Amino acid sequence: MVSFFRLILVFLVIGCSNTVFGQSESEMVLVNGGDFIPLYGTDSATVVVRDFKMDIYPVTNSDYLAFVKKYPKWRKSKIIRLFSDESYLGRWEDDLTLGADFLPNSPVTSVSWFAAKAYCECQGKRLPTVDEWEFAAMADENIPDARILKGYNQKILTWYEAPRTFKNTIGSTFKNYWGIHDLHGLVWEWTLDFNSVLISGESRKDVDKDSNLFCGSAAVGASDLMNYAAFMRYAFRGSIKANYTGRNLGFRCVKDVEDFH
Amino acid sequence: MKLNQRLSKLKFLALLIALTPLLTLFSCIDTNEKKDYQSTADIPVSREMVAELTAPPHVPTPVGRRKAKKLIVNMEILEEVGEMTDGVKYTYWTFGGSVPGSFIRTRVGDEVEFHLKNHPDNKLPHNIDLHAVTGPGGGATSSFVAPGKEAQFSFKVLNPGLYVYHCATAPVGMHIANGMYGLILVEPEGGLPKVDKEYYIMQGDFYTKGENGERGLQPFDMKKAVDEDADYVVFNGKVGALTGDNAITAKVGETVRLYIGNGGPNLVSSFHVIGEIFDKVRVEGGDLINTNVQTTLVPAGGAAIVEFRVDVPGTFILVDHSIFRAFNKGALGMLKVEGEEDLKIYSGMQEEGIYQPEGGGIQKMPGVEGSGIVEASAKNLEEKIEFGKATYMQTCFACHQAEGQGIANAFPPLAKSDYLNANVNRAIDIILNGKTGEITVNGTIYNSVMTRQDLSDEEIANVLTYVYNSWGNSKKDVTPAMVRSRRNAH
Repeated sequence: MVSFFRLILVFLVIGCSNTVFGQSESEMVLVNGGDFIPLYGTDSATVVVRDFKMDIYPVTNSDYLAFVKKYPKWRKSKIIRLFSDESYLGRWEDDLTLGADFLPNSPVTSVSWFAAKAYCECQGKRLPTVDEWEFAAMADENIPDARILKGYNQKILTWYEAPRTFKNTIGSTFKNYWGIHDLHGLVWEWTLDFNSVLISGESRKDVDKDSNLFCGSAAVGASDLMNYAAFMRYAFRGSIKANYTGRNLGFRCVKDVEDFH
Repeated sequence: MKLNQRLSKLKFLALLIALTPLLTLFSCIDTNEKKDYQSTADIPVSREMVAELTAPPHVPTPVGRRKAKKLIVNMEILEEVGEMTDGVKYTYWTFGGSVPGSFIRTRVGDEVEFHLKNHPDNKLPHNIDLHAVTGPGGGATSSFVAPGKEAQFSFKVLNPGLYVYHCATAPVGMHIANGMYGLILVEPEGGLPKVDKEYYIMQGDFYTKGENGERGLQPFDMKKAVDEDADYVVFNGKVGALTGDNAITAKVGETVRLYIGNGGPNLVSSFHVIGEIFDKVRVEGGDLINTNVQTTLVPAGGAAIVEFRVDVPGTFILVDHSIFRAFNKGALGMLKVEGEEDLKIYSGMQEEGIYQPEGGGIQKMPGVEGSGIVEASAKNLEEKIEFGKATYMQTCFACHQAEGQGIANAFPPLAKSDYLNANVNRAIDIILNGKTGEITVNGTIYNSVMTRQDLSDEEIANVLTYVYNSWGNSKKDVTPAMVRSRRNAH
């Protein structure tokens, strides 16, 4: 049984005031768009990404605290159950107090997709799409697409193995070509359309032609090594639903470039 | 007449009614004791039971004569750092906190309600594919679970045998390579025949960024895994999991049953116990029983059940008989057997003498004598070390290893060895005469055997000089004269 995690469009009345709070625009950087072939799809499926601005850092605990102070409906005790599971901000002491072992400048985690989306929208921003996120995240320190470098992929895989990195602080991993920190090495990050690539949970079946998800993934040649890190991200995205929260799952926001004019 | 008939008919009916409970009772007993089911899928379950799960090398209590039950299995997935070998750390992904994962013991007909719990601190989604499951993905389809969540699915075990389970989340190979595998046993009705000792052993191959023995936290190396170039091949998740104090044990006269699995991801195991013959092997964990087997092949993602009676005391070494894996990559375990010697079965060394082929004097090939081909002697310390290294690589390397690090709990280290540096003459004696019994090296107790080495005085001098001048040792220069004097001292 393939269980499809369909994205149900929920038109939320966020009720944000127009005032922007938290990270200012200066803490975003420009990512020049371009095209690339993501992990999934057919060989010819080049994806075009337009220019966008992305937060340099993931949203922190203190950023999020400011958000729930301003918007009580996203507090731990107030959140509508439909928008989050019981673990939402699970280890916060109460509505407005971080857990004892939480650092203010560690990435906020245990937030649902609904909450992350609302946070970004209240800043006049939005969550990045999977394609935007993947596009920005294929850069290493020096080049915009480092996926072909063996060492780069090995580094990412090593992070995926390292336990409890969500306790580290923002900025603790490398600054990439675009000037963005922590895309790899701290926490997973929500994306707007995280469940647009359908993963059934039975990964070996997903290589079927009719699923058409992972081109040539059955044949693992040396050139496919670069895909392993991405495989794990897509597997993770496939395992979550919009109301899920995770200790290793945070987010950051992006903004369309036009908005800056 | 008519009335009579009617009466007797009534009597008969009354009798029938009176007997009915009795009949039902009989038929009830019948169902419980004897009933042959057309298919194991028809076996009914009674009651609920929480499954006992055990970490290796232990196994849960045998099912014995218990009836099929609804069996609740609570399995927690933990991603955590453990020790591969002394000084080498590795991030294991585990079912139940151990590699291999917890042993699950069921009987045919059990309805297993499986709860797979992915710890909130974990980074990755996981699932489980049990080879004992009849159904798509072996359960993987229904058990895909994000960190901080729990997935539940149920299955009925239909076929008796020993089966592997493993994680099947992309990239599957990596999840298995990090330790996500274990065994589930499905016993036949009435259980497997009783034995004295049962143990759980599973082989796995590991791929680390650094070479074998390189210290520190070693990340998984995908390239090596794809190339099937293993740095470690081990039993129960780490070097030394079954040696020294961790050795499995038995007493003379006992029958030992080993549940052997192979998680892979890549390598097939040639499982062998040095100095034992398997009386019985349940080939590939199925119904076929082979007898009198020396080495049994355990496929990656497969299993075998081996049984043997231990007749004499001693330490029996468990190996993957692809033997470099055993002595160089860690696939080595120990079974320690205590009890009375039986000299009829095994005598021990009875006599040691000199062997002179062809009646005295080793014959030489024509043309060698006087042709000037004499093995060169070392002229200086550098040459001694160079020649000594060559001897070391031929003679000592297999046990004491390339960097003199030895093998944890089996062969003592020569690197920075307090035992070695304390006494040169003792070191010479050990090479000349061999060594058995307990010694303490760098605070660790070793109890194994080194045979006497058939080397010349000069070779011994060179190899010891090499060892003393390597790996942080005391830089002694051992001369052939020193060796000669020790040889003559006996």
